[in-house]
Amino acid sequence: MGLLTFKGGIHPYEGKELTMDKPIEVYLPKGDMVYPLSQHIGAPAKPLVKKGDRVLAGQKIAEAGGFVSAHIHATVSGTVKCIEPRLSSGGNKVNSIVVENDGAFESVEFHEMEKPLEEMSREEIIGAIQEAGIVGMGGAGFPTHVKLSPKNVDAIDYIIVNGSECEPYLTSDYRRMLEEPEKVVKGLEIVLQLFPNASGIIAVENNKPKAIQILKEKTSDIPRIRVNTMKTKYPEGAERQLIYANTKRYVNSNMLPADAGCIVHNIDTLVAIYEAVYMGRPLMERIVTVTGDAIVNPQNYKVLLGTGFQELIDAAGGYKGEEPEKIIAGGPMMGKAIISTDIPLVKGSSAILCMQEDEVASCEPSNCIRCGRCVAVCPGRVNPSQLAKLAQKGKLDEFVEQDGMECCECGCCSYVCPAKRHLTQTIAATRKSILASRKK
Amino acid sequence: MTELKKISSSPHVRQEDSTASIMLDVVIALLPASIMGVYNFGISAFLLIVICMASCVASEWAFEYFSKRKITISDFSAVVTGILLALNLPPSLPWWMAVLGSVFAIIVVKQLFGGIGQNFMNPALAARCFLLLSFTMSMTNFTYDAVTTATPLAMLKAGESVDLLRMFMGSTAGTIGETSTAALLIGGAYLLFKRVIDIRIPLSYIGTFGICILIYALASGRGWDWSFVAAHLCGGGLMLGAIFMATDYVTSPITAKGRWIYGVLLGGLTFVLRSPWNSGTAAEGVSYAILCGNLLVPIIERFTAPKCFGKGAVKHE
Repeated sequence: MGLLTFKGGIHPYEGKELTMDKPIEVYLPKGDMVYPLSQHIGAPAKPLVKKGDRVLAGQKIAEAGGFVSAHIHATVSGTVKCIEPRLSSGGNKVNSIVVENDGAFESVEFHEMEKPLEEMSREEIIGAIQEAGIVGMGGAGFPTHVKLSPKNVDAIDYIIVNGSECEPYLTSDYRRMLEEPEKVVKGLEIVLQLFPNASGIIAVENNKPKAIQILKEKTSDIPRIRVNTMKTKYPEGAERQLIYANTKRYVNSNMLPADAGCIVHNIDTLVAIYEAVYMGRPLMERIVTVTGDAIVNPQNYKVLLGTGFQELIDAAGGYKGEEPEKIIAGGPMMGKAIISTDIPLVKGSSAILCMQEDEVASCEPSNCIRCGRCVAVCPGRVNPSQLAKLAQKGKLDEFVEQDGMECCECGCCSYVCPAKRHLTQTIAATRKSILASRKK
Repeated sequence: MTELKKISSSPHVRQEDSTASIMLDVVIALLPASIMGVYNFGISAFLLIVICMASCVASEWAFEYFSKRKITISDFSAVVTGILLALNLPPSLPWWMAVLGSVFAIIVVKQLFGGIGQNFMNPALAARCFLLLSFTMSMTNFTYDAVTTATPLAMLKAGESVDLLRMFMGSTAGTIGETSTAALLIGGAYLLFKRVIDIRIPLSYIGTFGICILIYALASGRGWDWSFVAAHLCGGGLMLGAIFMATDYVTSPITAKGRWIYGVLLGGLTFVLRSPWNSGTAAEGVSYAILCGNLLVPIIERFTAPKCFGKGAVKHE
């Protein structure tokens, strides 16, 4: 049998060699901590503290603003300095709680699990996850307790753990799988407990043989869990492509993964679930890869949420030579370029990528030469060049008719385009405006 | 606060290939055929290639300069058009006709429709047919070693035998670039290796045409006449057309399925237009077949639009 995969995709420069053999280092923040109230899809959280309050690490400082929302916890001890709009990685200002870090790291008490997992009810498990403020940590930030509450629990056949880490440069999930595989497996067992008919799949790309081997060892005596090896290709970890590669089931833009009997989780999310259920700890930290050719000492860090980007960059030895031209929150394919490093790390931040040169800035778009490369690589199997033309002409009905809404904005078309057209960007902008007008 | 950084929407990396690098690869792939053309036909072939290249680039520059558009000669597409046109001309053609053809290709076929990527016909082929209609005598006067000679296809039609080895190497009468099958195959292999073209169009084109000719050979009582089939494959600019002209991005379908259909269609059209059963008509068929094919591309694309991922997926209950 060949490796599991999907049709299309690209092989960009991986850049993982910079950090893949670097063990996770714990970084303790020194400066102020910033907690944006919106780090997830859904309603922003509501602050529970006010200026001047003393908070402890692990204390809930903002509560979910609805069912589709998530709590936010302090990650250090200190004093609330202010609650004000602060710059976020999205480029906009988000209302945030700022805590002056007293450096003592005094923590609230966490309550370990009182009874064995098998005896815990669905409500207890989901309650613990909800209380811990866990959201999908791959970037989208969908609240995990919502994802774990589909309409029909019995219809879920697969819990897929996304260990593909197909974004170039990122190694945070890889290091987590190598160094703390037990937590990943236990996290998956907790989720499986919620879905009686489901089997667990940990899906990893074949450029991570060590992770595959260690996960296979750790799951060899668990019949409900198997480790799948996938072909190394971008975007193997895109939710729909991942589901197809592992189950041969299709999900389109009108469906949720649950409609195909699948639920997909990120590696770090499972670790957070484990820590919430077994140790009673809220989501306070994550693994972040600080990397790029502009960084002196690229590194994987275990970081408390709310830490400033600049602190982490300094911890990694700062910049080589001049300031980098471009800094990206996330990977080079789907990450967001940031205007300033004065922003905090949030639940969905997987990497800080500093590039000496901004190769995109030097690319000037020219006419489409119809080479068809975008069509060949598109994992959504649409015609990006055609969609971008329709988008530019404002032909929105035709754009929708030709499946423009099925685009997952993975960036493959822009990556391969020899005419350097901004295909993904044009399509993404049009999709957003169509989605916004539908909501009205 | 430090200076604000550059931002842009993702993705933040790009593949190295550019329009210019692709066109340059095509130029490189055309070198063997050009060199064999000059070797077989001498200095006049060399001059025609240079003249076509120069006048294509000059007309592109002039049009864009005077219409105040962005100058795009650095993308090498005009160079490619120039070489392709020259390779489609008989070596004895007067130089001014070559210039006229180049101007027609770039200005009328390419620039008036919006420049690179916008033309609906292959500029070099359209210019060739324009010259063929305007100067039929000069365009069909094929010489070899300074003696006017029939092309191998014309000889085949007249029932004469042809020398396959000479057809393979290119030492026969014909246009500058079409005679050397070996050189064209080397160029094609380079383009395939560099992934500039994919195999679908040349394979389905040559394959379909070969099958048609074989069936014709059987039906006309020649039996399994492989040398007849090979002569038809090596002659009449089929290789030049299938490898370099039919694969022109702008005028061929964008999807994989469309490319298969397009190739099959071209093979059939070429067979019909070449009509080996009719000794009276012109031996050439490739150019007209590809131009007809160019016009059918929008229709092919309508029926071969990609089916998106997950279309019609059903919900599991």
